[in-house]
Amino acid sequence: MIPALINAASMFFVVAGAFFFLAGTVGLLRFPDVYTRLHSLTKADNTGLGLMMVGLAIQSGSILVALKMALAWLFVLVSGATAAHLISTTALKSGLRIWRKE
Amino acid sequence: MSFAGLVLDGLLALSLPVLAWRALSARDLYRAVILFITFGVILALAWARLGAPDIALAEAAIGAGITGALLLNTVGGLSRKNDKDDERPDEPTDRVGRPWRTRLAVTVPVTILAGGLAWAVLSFPAPVVDMPSLVGEAVAEGEVSHPVTAVLLDYRSYDTFLEIGVLLLAALCVWSLGLSAVRSTAPEAVSGSPVLAGFVRLLAPAMVVSGVYLLWAGTSQPGGAFQAGAVLGALGVVMVLTGLLVPSLGRGGVVRAGLALGFAVFLLVGVVSMLATGGFLAYPEGFEYGLILAIEFFLTFSIALTLTALFTTVPPREKGGGA
Amino acid sequence: MYLLSGVAVFAVCAYALVVHAHLIRKVIAINMMGSGVFVLLTAIARRGDETDPVPHAMVLTGIVVAVSATAFALAVVRKLHEATGHAYLPEEGEDAPPDGGGG
Repeated sequence: MIPALINAASMFFVVAGAFFFLAGTVGLLRFPDVYTRLHSLTKADNTGLGLMMVGLAIQSGSILVALKMALAWLFVLVSGATAAHLISTTALKSGLRIWRKE
Repeated sequence: MSFAGLVLDGLLALSLPVLAWRALSARDLYRAVILFITFGVILALAWARLGAPDIALAEAAIGAGITGALLLNTVGGLSRKNDKDDERPDEPTDRVGRPWRTRLAVTVPVTILAGGLAWAVLSFPAPVVDMPSLVGEAVAEGEVSHPVTAVLLDYRSYDTFLEIGVLLLAALCVWSLGLSAVRSTAPEAVSGSPVLAGFVRLLAPAMVVSGVYLLWAGTSQPGGAFQAGAVLGALGVVMVLTGLLVPSLGRGGVVRAGLALGFAVFLLVGVVSMLATGGFLAYPEGFEYGLILAIEFFLTFSIALTLTALFTTVPPREKGGGA
Repeated sequence: MYLLSGVAVFAVCAYALVVHAHLIRKVIAINMMGSGVFVLLTAIARRGDETDPVPHAMVLTGIVVAVSATAFALAVVRKLHEATGHAYLPEEGEDAPPDGGGG
């Protein structure tokens, strides 16, 4: 029973993570300017990655692997945030106007 | 193979040529480079599916990462030749269109070539020499347990030796062109940003640890000198981009010595083993593990330095001024 | 399946290499052609029961050589651009406007 429960739980988490990735990509395609696209990308993708990591960590059965995955997720979080900050600051200083609802 | 695995493989295999086509026909060069980086990342996934984790590591670090950075640097450098500070430089685009006759004339031979290659590839005879079991036996006798590392540094070590020579040669050729560094037009708020500084401070120790770990783990798991060198080279690139390292990477003699170190150590080990056992790079019994690890250690350092030097393209300063 | 994919990538890039005129695009095409060949090599390595590590080692070497060649080619393109003002080969440069917009 327990292995079936573990499999079901990790499948749920991975699918949820995939859904967040999909949502982030839809945002990338549909949002009107750089800033909103960055917003959807970083938030949704990081959440999606975290959920997928949880699902995989459950599957792996070892605390060490789960910790490594958590560390990898943290690094992705930090680098995503830095990249988004750099892109948006450069865009703002170069004069890209924030989209306003007309 | 399971159905899901088949679907995944099919999707990956299909998306590779499509990405290649889209990347090469994109009008804007920046878009082409970004699509190239995407191609590299999907390729890394394909390597993982093909059962080649070492190549996946190396592709993600070198192929997508470093080559992507090189391309972005060059494309950015192209659009800044005219020093206009008050307007944004135009996106570089490819403006020479070819008439459709030329395109047709090229498509026909390429399609014939592709068809011939596909037919040849699909009708391969069964392998004559059972390579995996040969390598497996030899690995069991030796001391390095990961087969790919064993092949790279024990059985085909001459190839790896020459490969380092090629890397060194590329750096020398780039230096001989005498380019100056690509000037960044990022606004001051970005280059001096505390977020960037904190990020690098967080990242640098982690990257050093991962690089050294990859090097050490390469003897028994996927990893090895090239992956470690690529990770450390990426760290070098990040440090150059944030201004922590000057583009000429320090004093001339030190930089040159650092680049040549990997090649020189490899050569030294080869000559010593020639004197000891009679074959160039035929390691004496019992010393294999130590020698391989020593070679890989210096290799990693040299590869990292060479990759950073290839990124900055600025020749090292001579003592006493003059760039 | 990856065999065909590798061949397809190679063919697409060969076409692009000849047709497009901008040098950086040619460099990207050469790099991707190399990757197509690597996919081919690795797919061949899987033909038997066990994966054959020798093509893996060859592909690793190939990736490093490809990045060295790409770095050198890009440096040459930059030098050409510095010297002549646009990133096309001379005989095609006649009907191409200079690169970079207003230049």
